[in-house]
Amino acid sequence: MDMLNTDAAHYKQFLKHYIQSLDEQSLYGAEQISKTFIKNGIPPEEIVNLHNQALVELYPDIPEHIWHSMNFLLETMISYGLALQDYQALREQQLELKSEISVAAGMQDTLLATTTPTINNLDIGVISVPAHQMNGDYHHFVKGKDGSLGIALADVIGKGIPAALCMSMIKYSMDSFTEETMSPKSILKNLNRVVERNVDPSMFITMFYAQYLPAENKLRYSSAGHEPGFYYNAAHDTFEEIEAKGLVLGVSPDASYKQYECSIEKGDMVVLLTDGVTECRQGDRFIESEEILETIRYFSHLPAQEIVNGVYKYFERLQGFQLRDDFTLIILRQEV
Amino acid sequence: MELTIDVVKQDMKSVIQLTGEIDAYTAPRLKSTILPLTEESGHTVEVDMEDVNYMDSTGLGVFISALKSTKETGSHLKLVNLQSRVSRLFKITGLDEIIDIDTAIRGGNE
Repeated sequence: MDMLNTDAAHYKQFLKHYIQSLDEQSLYGAEQISKTFIKNGIPPEEIVNLHNQALVELYPDIPEHIWHSMNFLLETMISYGLALQDYQALREQQLELKSEISVAAGMQDTLLATTTPTINNLDIGVISVPAHQMNGDYHHFVKGKDGSLGIALADVIGKGIPAALCMSMIKYSMDSFTEETMSPKSILKNLNRVVERNVDPSMFITMFYAQYLPAENKLRYSSAGHEPGFYYNAAHDTFEEIEAKGLVLGVSPDASYKQYECSIEKGDMVVLLTDGVTECRQGDRFIESEEILETIRYFSHLPAQEIVNGVYKYFERLQGFQLRDDFTLIILRQEV
Repeated sequence: MELTIDVVKQDMKSVIQLTGEIDAYTAPRLKSTILPLTEESGHTVEVDMEDVNYMDSTGLGVFISALKSTKETGSHLKLVNLQSRVSRLFKITGLDEIIDIDTAIRGGNE
């Protein structure tokens, strides 16, 4: 209350000075004092009240109808005061939420961390950029005892925090599978059951699972409704879409998945991506997959990691580029 | 971007005419229109998507919930007149095999 008294005294002083001299200085004082009022949570009706008190001291003979009008103004201000309180409470809550989300995002990064492995004769490049604070794309590498490499790439639909939490479920289910069950089609079949039982009906996951077998120069893969990747044939210098059909995870409990196989020769590339890549927009225009492939070809003399970085930077630099969804691009290349 | 949703409801069949884009911002409104209709046993919900020029994966989520709801209540969901870009999404995700989609596909903005 002391604070209010001091402010009240200042207010009266500035008001008096202003009415007598109409100078700028008092207006500046009023601006400063209103900031103090806001800082101390003084509601607007209280300010009108202060104004009334100051007036009555300065000009005791003010006509009756002016007083009535001031009281009317005071009543009118009460709802503003309540709205201001709400606003301040919301601001505090928002700050709390922001910090909680950034703690969660940090935790997710730790939980889902995967290191790009080193495999003889295989050059690997990965980039994953979230559109918002938390990433709904997930990729993971698993080295098998037989020297094979498992590559999982998933996209949770449903964005933001629920999607991110769902990722942890996927990761821990995969960790629990034994190596014998690690063929792409059985991984997807098992995950489908887990997801179907545990997620909200409007949420689903697309996933591409590939297994690279270095001894045979082969790639085995299955897809659960995932955006098709591309296979680059070095001998013919051509890209082909990797055809793999399968239902997204989490829709039907008894879905099963086809497994495909292709051989990877020296210089060949496998391009895996999420629909954040193909859903990029420049203004009103979609970026077509041909343009992505052309960009990959442009950077193809570089190591895989520099290719994926280069592709992302190229699209990021386009005027009016908009990242609508999380963006993940993986390139595997059989070294010459 | 906007999505206009027009519903013509008859006894056994509702036709939902969509115009615009289905994305994270418009999908919740679409969901709250479709779901109650699929909760009527024996009802057919036909969604005309001729004027939908963009749909993202949130839109797929809406149709998946609707499909699950039809399975529970014994109603029917049918999608007609898909533009090629939208149709591609249903194909990639394998949903074209479990959702009744009219295969007469319009050119769209491919």
